[in-house]
Amino acid sequence: MAPVGRLLLILGFITVLYGLGASLYGGRARDEAWIHSGRRAMYSLALIALVAFVILDIAFVRNDFAYNIVADGSSSTTPFFYRVAAIWSTQQGSLLLWVTLFSGWASLALFLTRNKIREVVPWAQAALFTLVGFFLGLNTFLANPFETSSPAPPQGAGLDPLLRHTTMMIHPPMLYSGYTLMLIPFCFAIGALVSGRVNAEWVSVTRRFALGAWLFLGIGIVLGARWSYTELGWGGFWGWDPVENAALMPWLVATAYIHSIMIQEKRGMLRVWNVSLVLLAGVMAMVGDFLVRSGILSSIHAFVPDPTLDIAFVAIVGVMTLGSIGLVLWRYESLKSEASIASIFSREAMFVAQNMVLVALTLVIFWVTFFPLISEAITGNEINVGQAAFLPFVDPLAVAIVALAGIAPIIPWRRMSLDKLRSNFAFPLGAGLVALVVLLLVPGVSAHTAPLAIFCAAAFVVATVVQEFVRGTRVRARGTGESPPVALVRLVSRNRRRYGGYLVHLGVVIALVGVAASTSFQHQRRATLAPGQSVRSDGYTFTYVRPVAAATAQKLEFGAIMRVSRGGHRVTTLRTVYGVYPSATSSAPLGRFFETSLGASDESTVGLDAGLTHDIWVVISADTQPLDPIINRGDAAFSRAMSAILKLPRRQQSQKLSDLFQLRDRAVQELTHRWVSRPWPTQFLIEVSPLVTWLWIGAIIAALGGLISLWPATPRRGRGRRDRDGGAGRLADRRALDAGRGLGADSREPAPAGAPRGGELVTRLTPPDPAA
Amino acid sequence: MVGYLIILIVLAVVFTLITGPLRSARHRRSDLGVTTADLEAARDAKYREIRDAEMDLRTGKLSEEDHREIDGGLRAEAIEILHRLDEAQAADAEAEAGQDGRRDAESELPSAP
Amino acid sequence: MDPSRKRAIRLWVALSCAVLLAVALIYTSFSAGRDEVTASQLIRRAKPGTTYILAGTVVDGSVRRTASALSFRIRDPKSDVTAAVHYTGEVPDPFAQGRAVLVDVKEGSSPTATYTGVANSLTTKCPSKYKAASGAIPKAGSSQSGAGSE
Repeated sequence: MAPVGRLLLILGFITVLYGLGASLYGGRARDEAWIHSGRRAMYSLALIALVAFVILDIAFVRNDFAYNIVADGSSSTTPFFYRVAAIWSTQQGSLLLWVTLFSGWASLALFLTRNKIREVVPWAQAALFTLVGFFLGLNTFLANPFETSSPAPPQGAGLDPLLRHTTMMIHPPMLYSGYTLMLIPFCFAIGALVSGRVNAEWVSVTRRFALGAWLFLGIGIVLGARWSYTELGWGGFWGWDPVENAALMPWLVATAYIHSIMIQEKRGMLRVWNVSLVLLAGVMAMVGDFLVRSGILSSIHAFVPDPTLDIAFVAIVGVMTLGSIGLVLWRYESLKSEASIASIFSREAMFVAQNMVLVALTLVIFWVTFFPLISEAITGNEINVGQAAFLPFVDPLAVAIVALAGIAPIIPWRRMSLDKLRSNFAFPLGAGLVALVVLLLVPGVSAHTAPLAIFCAAAFVVATVVQEFVRGTRVRARGTGESPPVALVRLVSRNRRRYGGYLVHLGVVIALVGVAASTSFQHQRRATLAPGQSVRSDGYTFTYVRPVAAATAQKLEFGAIMRVSRGGHRVTTLRTVYGVYPSATSSAPLGRFFETSLGASDESTVGLDAGLTHDIWVVISADTQPLDPIINRGDAAFSRAMSAILKLPRRQQSQKLSDLFQLRDRAVQELTHRWVSRPWPTQFLIEVSPLVTWLWIGAIIAALGGLISLWPATPRRGRGRRDRDGGAGRLADRRALDAGRGLGADSREPAPAGAPRGGELVTRLTPPDPAA
Repeated sequence: MVGYLIILIVLAVVFTLITGPLRSARHRRSDLGVTTADLEAARDAKYREIRDAEMDLRTGKLSEEDHREIDGGLRAEAIEILHRLDEAQAADAEAEAGQDGRRDAESELPSAP
Repeated sequence: MDPSRKRAIRLWVALSCAVLLAVALIYTSFSAGRDEVTASQLIRRAKPGTTYILAGTVVDGSVRRTASALSFRIRDPKSDVTAAVHYTGEVPDPFAQGRAVLVDVKEGSSPTATYTGVANSLTTKCPSKYKAASGAIPKAGSSQSGAGSE
């Protein structure tokens, strides 16, 4: 099937070339048949990519080691679920995943816009084909996943133990979905600029894709943080690593974009800014993928460098950047808007301020991330800056973002009067002040300015969100007679963008509280303990109860049971394990199972007790060195025995070898068991971190809010999607609009007595948000 | 064998998909201007803005005076969109009637001897 | 106030903030940064007492562990020059011979190692591109079966 896969890649590339040509011709000649044909070429490409992906994944599942990437990245002992996911642990497989996802999302975008923004679509299509063609070209000509070897090796190298984590199954597809979704509005922005149709239509149509990109990137980032948190040596849940930053930067820009496009939709303003933002987000997404694949920056996450791809990526990023700048300058006059922000006390002004802060934060992260390359270009030396360089900038910007997340929702569009300002800010400000007073009384908190500011701002935001939900529910319940719970559910379902957004604010702020608390108030301790010994940290007593060990076909485990107590009462019991996977390269009979210096791979399993107030995290650093003298003697003895057996006649060798390997296996098990029977002191790393769980809870709330905002509405009551009953419905709407303006038009639905003006229109126009 | 079958099926599907619009005369239109769907989306977005302003008034963010001004402007814009939607729907109906007429005329043509 | 004047004032305020931020960033980066060097660069220009970030690949067979420390050699990616490191602290799971690593070092006092690794500064690159050495995959019927028997 490898030749079939290769043929599919070539067919896909031809389809891309056709689609690009059809789109360009159709756009130029204004011939919808060719545009439509180009759109279908994208659907075809999605099918081709999916079939190729499935063929490759089946090869992994079936352990077909004739495929080079299967032999490099999997083995027959790799568990099933990891074999399915191992495809994207490789350069070639991850590129094919990218192509599959991108063509899928592009197909969806083109399907949803098939009857809309018809001047923009052909050029957007062409841009989509160009980008997907780039990745498919890499797969087809430079990083072919269907390369095979003959004869096929009988066994694969296996998936690295560090990647055997459930998050491995989902983290890369989430991130890649985010990156590829971010390129959809990028391409439609290109289409809008080329066609000159730069008003709000293309923004409204692609808004959901930007929100989807934000959501998937966010999920991918949080999953990566969770994975990093449970793996030793990956810097906790966030280490400001270049590859981590590479995902964070487009996410920040996307956050700014999905807020500022609301200003363009409502007021027709910020068109230059918005188109620049979305183009920047697209470039950042590409740069992010480049950082991971090229290894140009030292990162614990980056793949080993592949120079053949570096030049291609630099070229495409250059084209995207220069092309974007050129298009914006070309259309600058038509992008400019006459409208301006009327008042500083307006939602527009707050969104602009938020945008400034987010972009400033992005630029800080970009500068510090790429500074090694910048400094090398300027001074000839590669200078690396650590976390110390980030934090003086990140902390105040984070506080500003949190504060603005609370202010913007309670200020209306255009302007707010002074008395409304007072009545809307009283409760949230009061909550912030109460938080400040309470926290200042807590010992040790006042010394940490940045976390204190985050906590107080967070209290402000939470109060804002609560106020909005309470007021909205009350208004609806009064107007419809519904009970508060029903009114709340219907309020959210009919105003998904608004209330979904409030939930996102709530979730992000809660997550930031978790980050601030766990990083500023963490207690960390290293201790060397023998069984029965204890150590204290942050008021807890950690007692090494007993060692545990296990020997399986896959790995050896050396672990410990740790009891945690406080004030004499048991809090939790933790199990931490150091696992060693045998080397595939060493010939030492015993040493290959134990010695990382001989190529054995190791991984640590953290003992974690997560609670609402704190996390207790313990990891063992098991040292097998006391076994070395026995292992060395054993290696020598087994090697001598092997040599003697190989001198025997062939027909006697098989049985003797089998006996010898059984003896070897018993020796490995006995040696492993010595960890339990004759334990020696070992080192532990102990961490007690407050409020970490709220980081994950906040992320879940934010994701839920994002999903609510993203969820498409059901079609308007009583109407088909294409409004086929047209005239009668529009006449009724027009009458309702006129009645609201007091023009005296006859209305079928007189306003109920005492209802506020416009109530009739609200009742008549209560359909949920229409689908994009 | 299975591999060749997969290739053949994929090729057939791709060819049918891609050439479909080119074989069908019905899709040939040259007007790439604003569509009915665009106007319906604009209408719905405007209604949403009117509801949002109403909600801001009822939840105490906007004063009556500010709301009156904003609401009036939004309603005028919504009526304008409804006018344009009327015109677009009428144009669509005409175009469809014209195409139906052409199809009927073609079906009445005598068959070749 | 005239709207265009308001716009101009806001633009100047934004630009001033941007310039201030840029100056602060540049200053902090150059003053807080440390040189990232390869083994040959380190040997050529290391100054006593200065900390550098040493990047390279762990030399096969060079890793030695004691109860409290780790000794290994790092090879320059572009030449055969190696530097010896004596390191204490957290050893990340991916650390192994043949892997790309980063470690903060300064000239040390150990008689056997030239450079002392700063505690807990060792990081290792993601292993997902790790390739087995050629010839390492056991052939069918090979003697290299796992513990517990396959």
